[in-house]
Amino acid sequence: MNSLISKTFLTVKKENRPVLLTYTVAGDNTKKKSLEILKSISNYADICELGFPHNTPIADGGQIQTSAYRAIKNGIKINDVFSIAKNFKKIKKNKPIILMGYFNMIYQYNENKFLEKCKKSKVDGLIVVDLPYPENKNFASKCKKKGINFIQLVSPTTSKIRLKKIIKDSHDMIYYISMLSTTGGKLKVSPKKILEKYNKIKKQNKSKNVVIGFGITEKTIQSLKKADGLVVGSAICKEISRSIEKRQNAVTNVTNIVKRLKNKIQ
Amino acid sequence: MKLKKKIPLIDQHDRYGFWGGKFGGSYIPETLKKPVEDLTREFSKLRNNKKFLKKRDYYFKNYIGSPTSFVKLENLSNHLGGAQIWAKVVSEANGGAHKIYNATVHALICKAMGKKYIVGDTGAGYAGKMLSMAAKKFGLKCKIFMGAKDIKRQKPNCDAMRKNGAEIVPVYSGSQTLVDAVSECMRYWVSNCDTTHMCVGSTVGPNIFVKICGWSTAQISRELKIQIKQEFKKIPKKIKLINCVGGGSSAYGFWSEFIDFNKSQIELIGVEAGGPKKSKLHAAPLSRNAKIGILHGAASYVCQNNEGQINDTESISAGLDYPGVSPIHCFLKDTKRARYTYATDEEALKAHVMVTKFEKLNPSLEPSHAFAEAIKIAPQLSKDTIIIVNSCGDAKKDRDILRERLGKNK
Repeated sequence: MNSLISKTFLTVKKENRPVLLTYTVAGDNTKKKSLEILKSISNYADICELGFPHNTPIADGGQIQTSAYRAIKNGIKINDVFSIAKNFKKIKKNKPIILMGYFNMIYQYNENKFLEKCKKSKVDGLIVVDLPYPENKNFASKCKKKGINFIQLVSPTTSKIRLKKIIKDSHDMIYYISMLSTTGGKLKVSPKKILEKYNKIKKQNKSKNVVIGFGITEKTIQSLKKADGLVVGSAICKEISRSIEKRQNAVTNVTNIVKRLKNKIQ
Repeated sequence: MKLKKKIPLIDQHDRYGFWGGKFGGSYIPETLKKPVEDLTREFSKLRNNKKFLKKRDYYFKNYIGSPTSFVKLENLSNHLGGAQIWAKVVSEANGGAHKIYNATVHALICKAMGKKYIVGDTGAGYAGKMLSMAAKKFGLKCKIFMGAKDIKRQKPNCDAMRKNGAEIVPVYSGSQTLVDAVSECMRYWVSNCDTTHMCVGSTVGPNIFVKICGWSTAQISRELKIQIKQEFKKIPKKIKLINCVGGGSSAYGFWSEFIDFNKSQIELIGVEAGGPKKSKLHAAPLSRNAKIGILHGAASYVCQNNEGQINDTESISAGLDYPGVSPIHCFLKDTKRARYTYATDEEALKAHVMVTKFEKLNPSLEPSHAFAEAIKIAPQLSKDTIIIVNSCGDAKKDRDILRERLGKNK
């Protein structure tokens, strides 16, 4: 796949640093605000993940849950998520955007309609938290046909045989979950251990871009910078919550965090 | 979509774990794939292991107290006229409800897998109480996830859990009821699946949990089949098995031996929680025609909005207050083997009052929903019709709610 996602990895590799991926929830805390945040942080982030919130998120920790509930309370609908993505891509057409969420939302929207809409909104990739391999095979191949990257997740519990199969079926990017945790947990495994497992994944197929996520903050990001890419989500959602609580400008505050994260991996 | 004969319903799924091609499955995060696969392998080994079965039967008999009695509700039947009403008094089981079967089996599996920690969710508090009992019995450390709202309304069961040494983790997210407790319990398992075993409190969740729970509660109908034969010499011509349905674990356990029978001989009736009469909210995805959705790792009929956000539910009965339902009940609904209906809070309360007035039986608010249906249909049925209600829980836990709703005398 000669996708925008793989191009981004190629370009960034030349700068000798990992790709920085951010995660924010669409509609957090309003539709307008979340688009502003997205536009602003994308000056520093290389790939933006945009969550479509679900009210029963079984793999998310407190920070992202709070963001998701806030967005839903403020009336975010799936079509709004698409319009945020579309508006974002109008201005930042070379910045990959990945939608992330739970399968029920896609199921209710209708798989095919959802993917059609993704394509129209210029969405580059999809992460579906609760649609693991091999159950996701059919959906992943539908994504591929539409030119959308289906991003497979791999975790510390993924067995060797499974890993092989998943990598074989993966598209341009693989997401490695750093530890046994929901999103936003404290990094309870040493960076060295995480990178050991990461290298095992890389060894299977060097051409696949593997990013690491879960537990990555300003404190921990530097220690993992050997990876192809690093995802920061909960730390950003937390900052949005904090800014709202302190009545400060969330756009500025979040952008500053992303700027600092970027500096740490230069 | 068709039911197969002579194969337990829990095993009638395809290789991806779907019943009828569309209900169930395992929609789980990657991290849980391995623990779920490990558990699946272990369970399929254990259920064929004679030693394990012997152990299970030993604890079912000597710890849970099988068989629970099967009694005719003579006064209630005479009062209503029409069909004979009988009850399978599952609330006699140790702890006061059917949840003890699943809890005991999970504790035994946890031991067999060499894990020392066990976690579980609870709504009415029975699943939690039973798991805490089983954990204590088998020397396991136990954590129970429970919605903050449920902790308040089911205090007697919370006291019991704490007394058994379990830690209750209050869940404040969402509606603070069972749905949130299950989510939080799954999240905890995601983070601790290397050392901890998870027990899902009903026939819901990823495929394997539906199977383990159904396999455990099936004891109820094994006993009942023998008891019916003893009582009537042979299986009568017209039987109606009425059971409340929240997640659906007691209903499956009550019905499993009878699913192969013709429905004109043995009708299966599931009663969901219709919620307060005046409220739009309910917990009746089957009988009020909710759409299929994915909740807690499985596809089933789910109370949800058009977007796929899970709806709030409302019911006087914490044990039925859940937006989803077991995939096996969805399968039974679509194959038309079982019929599903609902009772409102008010109807359940009325049924509770009537049953306790006429009989030495104290059904909790959950089976009171089933009694409401029995009371409704009995007068129109012939004398040779045998209605059997699964009285699957004891009302001790509902003390505070009953006092509030019915006045001081109750």
